[in-house]
Amino acid sequence: MVQEENSHRRMMKTWKSIFAIIVKDLQSELRTRYALNALLMFVLTTVSIILFALRGDQPSSTVLAGMFWVVVFFSAMSGLSRAFVSEEERGTALTLQLVAVSSSVYFGKLLFNVLLTLSLVFGVTIVYTVAFPGFTIQSPDIFLTTVILGSLGLASAATIIAAIIAKANSRGTLYPVLSFPILIVLLMSVMNATAKALDGEQFVDAAVDFLVLISYVMVITAGSYLLFDYVWKD
Amino acid sequence: MFGRIDVEYHGLFEESSHSMKYVKLGSVVLISFVLVAGLAIPLVPSPAGWLEFPNIPGLEQKARNIFFHVPTAWTTVLAFLVSTFYGIQYLRKKNIDDDLKSVTSAGLGLLFCILATVTGALWAKFNWGSFWNWDPRQTSIFVLLLIYGAYFALRSAVESEEKRAALSAVYSIIAGLTVPFFIFVMPRMVSGLHPGAKGDEGSGPLFEGKMMAANMRVLFYTGLAGFSLLYVWLFNLRLRIARLDYHRLLQQEGE
Repeated sequence: MVQEENSHRRMMKTWKSIFAIIVKDLQSELRTRYALNALLMFVLTTVSIILFALRGDQPSSTVLAGMFWVVVFFSAMSGLSRAFVSEEERGTALTLQLVAVSSSVYFGKLLFNVLLTLSLVFGVTIVYTVAFPGFTIQSPDIFLTTVILGSLGLASAATIIAAIIAKANSRGTLYPVLSFPILIVLLMSVMNATAKALDGEQFVDAAVDFLVLISYVMVITAGSYLLFDYVWKD
Repeated sequence: MFGRIDVEYHGLFEESSHSMKYVKLGSVVLISFVLVAGLAIPLVPSPAGWLEFPNIPGLEQKARNIFFHVPTAWTTVLAFLVSTFYGIQYLRKKNIDDDLKSVTSAGLGLLFCILATVTGALWAKFNWGSFWNWDPRQTSIFVLLLIYGAYFALRSAVESEEKRAALSAVYSIIAGLTVPFFIFVMPRMVSGLHPGAKGDEGSGPLFEGKMMAANMRVLFYTGLAGFSLLYVWLFNLRLRIARLDYHRLLQQEGE
């Protein structure tokens, strides 16, 4: 009985510290709006370049789905590394190591990045719907599942790579170089599923992609959780 | 100083230089045998003896590439597994020698990966019409190439030896977690040109089906053994160089 209560209390403590890290990151983000501004400007820049290049052509749904995730990938690469890079730059990484268990730090940063990715994908969806007449979501159920699973996977891979590059030099160029080989599986599945959502296919037709995405999220998150200690602790 | 390094031999792949002589000799003999026999044995429509290959429709003379292309691809995967294994060993024991082994194996993996990509692209040009078709297996070798590239980019961006070893070990494990998706999931989901892809009636690699004769199969496994021995020998050689470099670096820092 006492043991049960103890484990329950420890669980609550972990959740509390995870929550505290998310709140801390959200507050410091809202104070500077560094990541949000960078992401927004990145999305606008890339989409207008695509529009200049197309000169009024109507691309097919496969091309649109591909370009959708190209924009999401590169915007994520410009914003998601902040989670750990900012701690190193401000010299607060050591303090965070002292006040929180590393698994809480990992899940706090992961959930913050998930929130950031979801808002990024939401923004890109709105911009695409406005900019491309061909971008009409025929199967909302497929699109919603793809976007949620895709954001989870993108954020989980991006978080552990961000933790790695925060300890290295030349972070800006290194981040997409390290992330891309790991994200290829995810990008291929989400592009496939998004094209299916634009073509108005049935939910079962995209089930294979969702299975790949679910196993990808689980494998990467579990691996990162086990290995995070070796990256984070100096 | 040299004596101290020689004493440090222990563990997998690390026999004394005496038995490494046999590994070197074995790899040279086996690969030369495969090279001569694989290129010289004539193709005939209905083979009768051991010195005749069957004529596989659609492949013809190009079938000979299987003795070189598949063993290089196999060695690439072997090198990657060994590199990840020593990465895990480093994280467990924090012994810098494990990191030297990991990076040595990754370097050889990159070399064999380039060889497998080039032999594969040449084969694709003459069999499928173009050097690159984004067949699922071509995609996976491309991803391995990218992972190796990223691994070395990461290593050159970290100055502290311990940090570099730990970060690159973590990266190779995380990247290794996505490799099964390419080897087992993608080739069966997307239709491709390699044997064993989705919709292929043989539904299995060429050497498992009936198309390959017994003598081809023997030569194929000899090729695998030869290239694996070549890898072990190169690994041993490059590891000794890496250790000498590391000790020289330590000495320079000491002065």
